[in-house]
Amino acid sequence: MKNIVIIGNGISGITAARHIRKMSKHKITVISAETDHFFSRTALMYVYMGHMRFDNIKPYENWFWKKNKIDLVRSYVSSIQTGDKMLVLDDGSTLNYDVLILAVGSKPNKFGWPGQDLKGVQGLYSFQDLESMQQYTENIERGVVVGGGLIGVEMAEMLLSRNIPVTFLVREESFWNVVLPREESEMINRHIREHHVDLRLSTELKEILPDENGRAQAVVTNHGEKISCQFVGLTAGVSPNIGFLKDSGIETQRGIMVDPFLLTNVPDVYAIGDCAQFREPLPNRRPVEQVWYTGRMMGEVVARTVCGKKTAYKPGVWFNSAKFFDIEYQTYGHVWSQLKENEEQFYWEHRDGKKCLKFVFDKASRKLLGVNAFGIRIRHEVLDQWLNEGRTIEFVLENLKKANFDPEFFKRHESEVIDLYNRQNAGANLNLVK
Amino acid sequence: MKFIKTIGLALFLVGFGIFNASFFLNQFQLNEKIIHTYITDSPKQNLFKEQASALMDQQISPGFTFVGEVAAIFEAINEEALQSYSIKEDEIDKIIANARKGDAFSFQIQVLSEVYPGNDPVSAFKRKAFSDYGNWLDGRSFDDRETFRSNLQNVAGNIKEYGIISQKGFDTYTIKNLKYSLTKAASIGPVNDNPVKYLWLTYVLCIAGAMLYILPKIKDGPPGIKNNGIFHSAMKNVGWLGILTGTYLILFYIFLYFYPEYMTTWIIMVDPISEFLKGSEAGRFFLYGFIYTLCILVMGVRMLIKYRHSRYQMVRTVSVMFFQTAFAFLIPEILLRLNQPYFDFKNIWPLDYDFFFDNELSTLVSSGGLGIFMLVWGIALILIAVPVFVYFFGKRWYCSWVCGCGGLAETLGDPYRQLSDKSLKAWRVERILIHAVLVFAVLMTVGVLYTYFTGTGSLMGISTYKIREVYGAWIGAGFAGVVGTGFYPLMGNRVWCRFGCPLAAYLGLVQRFKSRFRITTNGGQCISCGNCSTYCEMGIDVRWYAQRGQNIVRSSCVGCGVCSSVCPRGVLNLENRDENGRFGKPILIGNDSFKVEA
Repeated sequence: MKNIVIIGNGISGITAARHIRKMSKHKITVISAETDHFFSRTALMYVYMGHMRFDNIKPYENWFWKKNKIDLVRSYVSSIQTGDKMLVLDDGSTLNYDVLILAVGSKPNKFGWPGQDLKGVQGLYSFQDLESMQQYTENIERGVVVGGGLIGVEMAEMLLSRNIPVTFLVREESFWNVVLPREESEMINRHIREHHVDLRLSTELKEILPDENGRAQAVVTNHGEKISCQFVGLTAGVSPNIGFLKDSGIETQRGIMVDPFLLTNVPDVYAIGDCAQFREPLPNRRPVEQVWYTGRMMGEVVARTVCGKKTAYKPGVWFNSAKFFDIEYQTYGHVWSQLKENEEQFYWEHRDGKKCLKFVFDKASRKLLGVNAFGIRIRHEVLDQWLNEGRTIEFVLENLKKANFDPEFFKRHESEVIDLYNRQNAGANLNLVK
Repeated sequence: MKFIKTIGLALFLVGFGIFNASFFLNQFQLNEKIIHTYITDSPKQNLFKEQASALMDQQISPGFTFVGEVAAIFEAINEEALQSYSIKEDEIDKIIANARKGDAFSFQIQVLSEVYPGNDPVSAFKRKAFSDYGNWLDGRSFDDRETFRSNLQNVAGNIKEYGIISQKGFDTYTIKNLKYSLTKAASIGPVNDNPVKYLWLTYVLCIAGAMLYILPKIKDGPPGIKNNGIFHSAMKNVGWLGILTGTYLILFYIFLYFYPEYMTTWIIMVDPISEFLKGSEAGRFFLYGFIYTLCILVMGVRMLIKYRHSRYQMVRTVSVMFFQTAFAFLIPEILLRLNQPYFDFKNIWPLDYDFFFDNELSTLVSSGGLGIFMLVWGIALILIAVPVFVYFFGKRWYCSWVCGCGGLAETLGDPYRQLSDKSLKAWRVERILIHAVLVFAVLMTVGVLYTYFTGTGSLMGISTYKIREVYGAWIGAGFAGVVGTGFYPLMGNRVWCRFGCPLAAYLGLVQRFKSRFRITTNGGQCISCGNCSTYCEMGIDVRWYAQRGQNIVRSSCVGCGVCSSVCPRGVLNLENRDENGRFGKPILIGNDSFKVEA
């Protein structure tokens, strides 16, 4: 029986713990400084918005951990002595391990903006961030959100849910256009504005001005404009939370360096989730993947290795999802913000401007490479299969009905999509498979 | 917009205030004509008039006092009847003395003419009653005096309990009815003078106010999930407003089912509507049906606006609005107008627990072709429609598309759906309770049918009348009404459907074991956020399944589709598909390292 210690009770750490328990009788200890129990980080916004209580975002009832013999320790690990296989906690006590899994997540980026540490200035990652956001947004007149990504748009939605006007500063000329192609990005620009968010594209934060109590009272943009506000959300990405590993001998760059088995340079020490950085990134994948789903998968994989079934991290077809206010987004395979040399695209947008489908395929082989869906739900299983099988764009369009995952009675658009394709491609005569 | 909403809320509150004030508005005045109309038996009529002399032509208010006075009259009459007509101890001694034959005692009916020789009404009654209740003793001999005495006392007790009150006084059932009808008839005052005016001041004002409050929500932003602030709300998160609303609803149901005599003013107010629809005055259940239907319609409009991004929700909402208005409310009333039996064509036993009651069956059987059709239709719903439709569509075809209880839960109850308990413990309690009620309903009905076909009132020593009475009071009124709706703001909108409804249990058994319906989860897209579980009115922990990529096949799922609507990542979908693979292993797609069975 091994003594396995997991630092971090997010999706990666908890998935690892659950899977280790399913496969073995090892002693499992999960340490977290954040909360007593695992919660869904992606759902923090809903607590702020009053859609759920904090208890509702805990995926397992409190009795679950004891029943499954997963020991929970509420503490902060201040350092790791890998030589002695020992953790030092912030109260000075120590804890030994046979196997250590680092699932320590990340923290919001701050790029040295003047005033970035004022009261009422924060990111949104942890439970503590949620508490502080609740505290600092009470009875305020305006909030400013900085950074044009998923958390930024969430924060804007959160503030609006409490009727707080929002100014949204986005450095790029269109929302999240490092990831989204132009058409999709513009659709989201429109939708953000439809919700009366004061969206400022091509606008950067220059500094945050304090009031006499050391609290934010305004931001100044790179255009010299001063925007009065009492809360500033910093959402310009996150970085692995690795500060406490400084003298541990565990190798880090941006994140904790791992091999395909999620093993660090130190034997019996693994890293998974947001904080892990692959020495050799997989094809078409980033070295640090800070996504719920990849965190979960790394947890699933490391559990096997720890339990003696050595398994390399080999994620399948890329997928992701998000929701921008009312518009759901799903993506399968790879749709880059700019088409690559070998790529061609087919784009359909609904006349209401809130639904669209983008198909990217290989020019020569016509094989589908990726799909973006906005406002239409797609069946993961089907797209996963088609992308694995290398189906052509023509096959995909003709069988599009099979890929739909919208609820019953929803308006279907497959025939419009295929008609558009036939109009745009001389000689094409695709027919929808019923 | 905010201004219009505020006006709407104000109008609603004014209308609601007048409605509640009208409860106390009328006075009550008893007169001879009323007594003659409702108490037709002339000796009882005289007794009542005698006792009521102090009340006659007096204006009394509030209703509580009047009902109290009337109740006291019945009590006095019964008391007096018992006094005069009870078999006394010394009379029993006389019988014993007369029956003595040496050391033994032999009872002969003729003895009674010696004990009660007179022709006065009291003696005549006692003679008759003793021979009716004691004829089984005729000719029997007893060796010992005490046994004989206790048998005689037994007869005397039965006469007291069953004979005197029903013949010379008023039994509980009659008192209950008379309290209501006398109070309603005795009502005088502004509501009687102009019920239509009060309809305007209450219902119309409330509906107009509600609409002004609800309709502007269409401008609350683009279509999409509108759950902001629900858990910050005093109404929707068991705050003071929710507790107040729950208390009001509970009290309303207690009055409706157990003390309708107090709500006569409200019933008088809807008399004109009842006259218009069925050509006769309203009863309490007309009032109830009327309010019920209005709630479903008004809150249905709210539902349509709230979920206008989802055609599934809109179609479903229109469906419950239609079935309530047409099938539950209008058609039965129109049938009455046409001198046909009152019949709700969409109500199914055992939810419709009195479907097999002898009086109901007799009405149907004696109502010609249409009555027989109704009987066959009702049985076909139980035996054919339930299994067939559940097989193809799941129990949702009934519970969240057709049913009246479901209709109210999905409209009036929608603001409270998040209050259902999702714990594993609650699920355990649910399974025990709902199946216990189903068993109870079936046993009760077996007893009722036994009595219908054999004419015997007791089965295995238990009175079938008593069982149906207990079921009606505790399950039909208490559980389904008081708890089922009264607890909306406290325990969510499906308390009855989840823990009590025997029809839901039956539909659920079919859904669990033989159906094409399931909720599918979408590959590996779940982020465990918990919106699905939170907004599941049936308290199913949907997320438990979604996050491990497992189909949701649960007997309790009513297929409202809200889990799918609130899912931010498009993970859940209600589907009718091939039965194969319905109970598939949980699989999460996306990790090719190995096959993940979560």
